[in-house]
Amino acid sequence: MRPPQHQFDPRVKPWWRVQLAIATAVPAVPLLVLGLLIAPARPWLLGPAAAIAVIGLVSLAALPVWWHRVHRWEVTDTAVYTLTGYFWRTWRIAPMSRIQTVDTTQGPLQRTFGLSTLVVTTASSAGAIKLEGLEQDQAAALAERLTELTDATPGDAT
Amino acid sequence: MSDRPTEPEGTAAEDLAVQDHAVEDPAAAEPETPWRRLHRDGLKSTALYMAGVMVGAGTPAAIALASGTSWPIALAWVLPGAALVIGAVVAFEAVRLRTTRYRVTATRVEMHTGLFFKRRRSLARERIRSVDLAANPLERVFGLTKVKVGTGETGSGSGSTTEQTLTLDSVHRTEADRLRQELLRRGAVASEVDTEGRLATWEPGWLKYAPLSFLTPMLAGIAVGAVFQVADWFGRGGLPVEITADLVEAHGPWTVLGVGLAALLLLGAIASLVLQGEAWWNHRLDREPGGTLRVRRGLMIARSLSLEEERIRGIEIVEPLGVRTAGAGRLDVVAIGLKTDQEGSDLSTLVPAAPLDKTLAAAEAVIGPLETGLAPHPRTALHRRLRWAGATILIAAGLATGAHLLWSMPALLSAAVVLAAVSTSAFAVWTAFDSYASLGHASGPRYLVSRRGSTRRATVHLDRSGIIGWRIQQSVFQRRMGLMTLDATTAAGKGHYAVIDADEHEILDFADDTVPDLLRPFLIREPVGDSAE
Repeated sequence: MRPPQHQFDPRVKPWWRVQLAIATAVPAVPLLVLGLLIAPARPWLLGPAAAIAVIGLVSLAALPVWWHRVHRWEVTDTAVYTLTGYFWRTWRIAPMSRIQTVDTTQGPLQRTFGLSTLVVTTASSAGAIKLEGLEQDQAAALAERLTELTDATPGDAT
Repeated sequence: MSDRPTEPEGTAAEDLAVQDHAVEDPAAAEPETPWRRLHRDGLKSTALYMAGVMVGAGTPAAIALASGTSWPIALAWVLPGAALVIGAVVAFEAVRLRTTRYRVTATRVEMHTGLFFKRRRSLARERIRSVDLAANPLERVFGLTKVKVGTGETGSGSGSTTEQTLTLDSVHRTEADRLRQELLRRGAVASEVDTEGRLATWEPGWLKYAPLSFLTPMLAGIAVGAVFQVADWFGRGGLPVEITADLVEAHGPWTVLGVGLAALLLLGAIASLVLQGEAWWNHRLDREPGGTLRVRRGLMIARSLSLEEERIRGIEIVEPLGVRTAGAGRLDVVAIGLKTDQEGSDLSTLVPAAPLDKTLAAAEAVIGPLETGLAPHPRTALHRRLRWAGATILIAAGLATGAHLLWSMPALLSAAVVLAAVSTSAFAVWTAFDSYASLGHASGPRYLVSRRGSTRRATVHLDRSGIIGWRIQQSVFQRRMGLMTLDATTAAGKGHYAVIDADEHEILDFADDTVPDLLRPFLIREPVGDSAE
């Protein structure tokens, strides 16, 4: 099986970095503040804070680049095809004729980076296929194209 | 009570007029189908039911009160209280029955209900996929039946299942039957008429498989929990433990353990027998005109499920370990709109645990000839399972030695711990071989077949045209062993059915053959090209 053709927009890397930074800061900053305020417990609070910060910084530097290389997507005239994960690789293929809804979503963070997520659902309860981190105009264009293509197929896609 | 029925009558009539105005859809209003009401005997059944509940709840309350004060005072509290509750529920029910209207138009099923908060439900008839009838013993006395109309929107996204079903609680038996036939009639033209008739009939002898099901240990566990709960209600939560300790003192630990376990399992087996007997008594599986399958069953609660065959995407033959050792299995249906997610739900079961040849015959009657020659999976799949067993053994051994190092245990407990570790290890190894033996897949003219599992061995026959996508998974460990898991997603049943740990090259060709043109554009025919990282 060949991997899907496209990588996500390079801007996903700063977007992922901000997400990781937030995920690191949420436990680390309170620990830091408490550690500065409560002198007797300082080593017990600053130690974990430092550990979390180091792990956070390392993943911040390495993971987004890694993910950007690993996650791929492709939309052809007949199917939506994605590949995610490296240690647990998952390829997903949904034929155009079975797609029920196509949505785009954009969170506040994504908006600042000009990204958006394309969500493709089928009638299966196995979950939607998400293309997270497409350039927003491209996502809108894709959604439009997919909607046109799926509207052209009759039936209730089950 | 005497003037109550007249009052809602007036509001209900107004209500009706308003609702008819409110119907904007000209297509639905045109034929002017009359509105129908729920059956008024539902009130009697509710009153009797509440009276029963009140006797059940009131008696202990009265006893408890009387032990503190005296009988007249206790009754003076409990009787009016019970009357009040019964009255309130019956009054509420009377209003509900009076204000609920339903009708079946050419295109929709509509139901309006509520006095102050009006609810209007409307289902498109073309979306109806199942009609489920059920009657408890009280309702049967009055000839009543609950009708549940399902559209079975299983897709993810908004709209829970409750929004997609419409329940008429309750109508007369003949009306329920009429509704069932009318609502599922529309496919009549397209279906093949030559295959009507009985597909499977339950035999009382099949009840012997009931104690072998996983219900037995589960019910035994529930019984133990219930004993503690009841003891706790009376403020004596420790009592069961004390009694057990006394028994151990009197008869020795091994006797108590052995007899206790045997008694509990016997209790569980009887309970399981009773439950399954109630659920499956007089079970029949029929194919009815218009291309519907109908399952009828039940001793106390009469159940009937009608399923449009157009919505069936396959079947699953399920052989849980206990039942399998007796050479039996059950038949489940993989259908759109029947949730099979919850384990223990028997809604999708067409034939309960029965001798395997009977189950297979029923399966063939439902979907046609079954594909039997399943391709085995590579030996590496067995090695993978043996590694899991090895990990289990290491953990069990570690826990057992750890426990011995940390605490000095009496000989009895020590023996029990060692025994548990050894039996866990043996079971893990056996499971590895058994689940490998279960693995298999095939692709027939119409169905994809996949078999897997040891404690719950299941063979799914999934309609190839019902596959709406692939999810292919490979972990690092699988990649090293050249294995791959192919998951077929579908709108029916549990949503996806997997062929696990198959050969990575063979399975892609298999997927390509099963659903033509879906995977093809993404395949590289030279397997060497893929391994380049």
